[in-house]
Amino acid sequence: MKKLFVKRIVALAATVTVAFSAAACGNSGAAAGNGDAAPAGSEAAEKTNAVYRTLDEIKQGGTIRIGVFSDKNPFGYVDENGEYQGYDVYFARRLGEDLGVDVEFVSTEAANRIEYLQTGKVDVILANFTVTKERAEEVDFALPYMHVALGVVSPDDKVVESLDGWDREEQMIVISGTTAETYLTENYPDIPLQKYDSYATAKNALENGNGAAWANDNTEVIAFAMQSEGYTVGIPELGSQDTIAPAVSLGNTTLLEWINEEIRLLGSERFFHADYEATLADTYGMDYEESLVVEGGGTQ
Amino acid sequence: MPDLGLEVLLKGKNLARLFTGLGVALKISLASVLISLPLGILLGVLMTWKHPLIRAVLRIYLELIRIMPQMVLLFLVFFGTTRVFGWDLSGESASVIVFSLWGTAEMSDLVRGALISIPAHQYESSAALGLGKVQTYLYIIVPQTLRRLIPLSINLITRMIKTTSLILMIGVVEVLKVAQQIIEANRMSSPNAAFGIYLVVFFLYFIACWPVSLAAGYLERKWR
Repeated sequence: MKKLFVKRIVALAATVTVAFSAAACGNSGAAAGNGDAAPAGSEAAEKTNAVYRTLDEIKQGGTIRIGVFSDKNPFGYVDENGEYQGYDVYFARRLGEDLGVDVEFVSTEAANRIEYLQTGKVDVILANFTVTKERAEEVDFALPYMHVALGVVSPDDKVVESLDGWDREEQMIVISGTTAETYLTENYPDIPLQKYDSYATAKNALENGNGAAWANDNTEVIAFAMQSEGYTVGIPELGSQDTIAPAVSLGNTTLLEWINEEIRLLGSERFFHADYEATLADTYGMDYEESLVVEGGGTQ
Repeated sequence: MPDLGLEVLLKGKNLARLFTGLGVALKISLASVLISLPLGILLGVLMTWKHPLIRAVLRIYLELIRIMPQMVLLFLVFFGTTRVFGWDLSGESASVIVFSLWGTAEMSDLVRGALISIPAHQYESSAALGLGKVQTYLYIIVPQTLRRLIPLSINLITRMIKTTSLILMIGVVEVLKVAQQIIEANRMSSPNAAFGIYLVVFFLYFIACWPVSLAAGYLERKWR
C-alpha cells in the first residue's frame, strides 16, 4: 500500500517535471529542428503497467490513435479544408488502411510526444520523430522511414562543397541551439560561427551576405534553396545521419512488430518513394529523394 | 498596405476553421466560468468564517493553484491522471477541470476580499435598524459585494478566455492552434501570412472579450 503511494507520487513528480520542461522549452529554435525538442523529462523512469493497447485491442476497438504534427508542413499539417496532410500523415493513413481500422489523428507538439506514448493516449507517434539513444529508453522505435542529416547552403557564385580548408576570414551562419551548431563546434572548431536566434534572422543574414554559408537540418536548407533563386546546397549530407521512425509505447511489442513487418512489406512496392513524390517533392524537388527516403526500413 | 497574406484566409475553409477554433476556446471557458463562479462565491464566503480547519484547507488550495503555472496544471490533469489513476480524460475535459479549479480558487479570493472590505458598521447599522441576519446579507451586504466584484470577476473571465491558448499543449485544437496550422500549411506560398493571421486572431480574442467588458460596464452603471 505504502509502496503504491510512493510510486504514485513519483509518477506525479515525473509529470510535473515534464510539464515544467515543456513550459520552459517554449518555441526557442522551433524553426530550426522539426524533430528535435529536448527529450522531455528524461528521468521519467516510472513505467506504468500496460498503459498501451495491443495490436488486437486496437483492431477490436476499430480505431488507431496516431499522434502527428498539425503544423509542420510538409511532414504533418492541416490543409485549408481541415484535413491532415503530409509525409507522416500519408504513412499513417496507410497503416490504418492495412490494419483495417479508422485513423484518429491527435495533434501533438514536439515537447509532449514522449508523454503521449508513456500514458498510452496515442498508439503510435508519427511526428517527424528523430531516433536518439535517450528517447529509445522511453519509447520503442520501429524501423526508420526517413533520413535526416545536416546540410550547408551557399550562394551560387561561391558554392561551399567541403568544410576542409575553410578560409578563416569567412563565417558560417548557424541557428543557436540546433544540431548544426553542436556538430560544427565539436568537429570543426576552426570555423568561425555566426549565430542567430531564429530561422528568419539566419535567412536574412545569408541573403545579405553576412556569412559564406548556412548550416542547418538538410531538409530546411534544401527547402530554402528550392524557394530562393541563386542558392545551392553544396553539402546535402554532413555529419552523422539520423533517422526518423514511428514510435510506440515502451513494451508494446505486438504493435511494434506489426509496424516493422508493414514497413518491410511496403518496401516492395516502394511506398515511401510514392509518399515522397506525393508530399515532399513540392518542397524538396526530385533531386533529394534518395538521400531523404528510407525504404523498407533499411539504412544504407 | 504591406502584404499581410490575408488571402490565405479565403482558401478553402480556413476562415470557418478559425471561428470553429474560437468556438472551442469559448466553450471551454464558458463551461469553466459557469462552474467556477458559483463555487468560488461559496468558497469565498467559507473563507471569511473563523473556523481554523476550513480556513487552512481553503488557504492551501488557493495557494497551490495560484503558484502553479496553468501549463503545469494542464499536464498534471491530462497526463498525470492517466499515469496515476489510469483515467483517460479527453483534452477538453482536462481543460475544463483545470480552468474550473483555477477559476474557483481565484474567484473565492476575490469574494473573500470583497466581503471583508464591507465595513463592520454596515452590519451594525442594519442590526440597529432591526434587520435579521438573512435580511442583512440579502439587502445590505450582498448588493454591495456584487458591485465590488464585477470589475474583478470580468478581469478573471477575460483572463480565462485568453489562457485557453495553452490547451493546444494537450492536443486541443483551438483558435491559436488553427492559426498556427494555417500559417505553416502556407509557409511556402504565403510566407508573410504569420503577421496577418495573428492580427486576425487578435481581433477574434477581442470580439470574444469585448462583450464581456460591455456587459460589465452596463451592470456597473445600472447598479450605481
